Amino acid sequence: MAKVVGDIVIDIERCKGCEVCTTACPQDVIAMASEVNGKGYHYAMKVNGNCIGCSNCAVVCPDAVITVYRAKI
Amino acid sequence: MAETFDRPEIRTPENLVYSKTNVLTDNIMHYCPGCGHGTTHRLLAEVIEEMGIQSETIGIAPVGCSVLAYNYFDVDMQEAAHGRAPAVATAVKRLFPNKFVFTYQGDGDLAAIGTAETIHACNRGENMTIIFVNNGIYGMTGGQMAPTTLPGMPTSTSPYGREVATMGNPLKITELIAQLPGTYYVTRQSVHTPANVRKAKKAIRQAMENQKLNRGLSFVEVVSNCNSGWKLSPVKANKWMEDNMFPFYPLGDIKVNGELVK
Repeated sequence: MAKVVGDIVIDIERCKGCEVCTTACPQDVIAMASEVNGKGYHYAMKVNGNCIGCSNCAVVCPDAVITVYRAKI
Repeated sequence: MAETFDRPEIRTPENLVYSKTNVLTDNIMHYCPGCGHGTTHRLLAEVIEEMGIQSETIGIAPVGCSVLAYNYFDVDMQEAAHGRAPAVATAVKRLFPNKFVFTYQGDGDLAAIGTAETIHACNRGENMTIIFVNNGIYGMTGGQMAPTTLPGMPTSTSPYGREVATMGNPLKITELIAQLPGTYYVTRQSVHTPANVRKAKKAIRQAMENQKLNRGLSFVEVVSNCNSGWKLSPVKANKWMEDNMFPFYPLGDIKVNGELVK
């Protein structure tokens, strides 16, 4: 069976650190960084490679900072 | 260097499943972190892109938190005086009946100062779409009590909670306008979870598609959080909204194809 893998690209300078994506992710891929971006927000970042490309994070993101890719390998 | 967990090999255009729509401009929105306005803007922009009506759409911006909506939508926009967006939209739609006209309003704009314009535009059955973002508070001016504030809900002008005996009852304007014969589609949605966002997008799509039918006004209420006004973190504000707002403002369609549901 083909395995589905995904990848997300987070525009960290647009991220406002609201953490809504962290609760939406079924794979717990996203967590908040300890560093801050130019606006002083703790931005979202990937903390593991389990992304399945479901795009839940991008769908709830109020600032449209997440781009999602999905592929079968 | 820390591991990044990136998979650059799958970042190709054919594997792209989600990216920001071009109908939104590149301006960073001024909304607070986690605000439902951003999500609602994005859904509306995605619907406009999917329908291919970017050059055919005219939006009316309100006064309130979303007063700068014209900076974020890459469509023709017009700012209206406080609460008067449905009146301006009426004029625009009557002058350009083939364009898609929407107003984007908050609860202070639509349900307080603009109640008259809202109710009469709905009653006349103007063939346009109203997007109504309800967070139960005046967000922009500092979290004062709005007509939609829940009983017992503390705000900066009702610090001990809204007392119904002296401050009156919250206004369910969506149920109110669903009773009017001029409305064709009335629904209440939210944008706090992926499932709700997808449902809300379908509702907004339906509301915009209805303008082709010329049967009356389509009204989409989006129950949203106001984490700054409610003094909660975005995630806690969403939970508070589920526990307190949804029992009073139940989600779902209220009027479909001109017929009240139930």
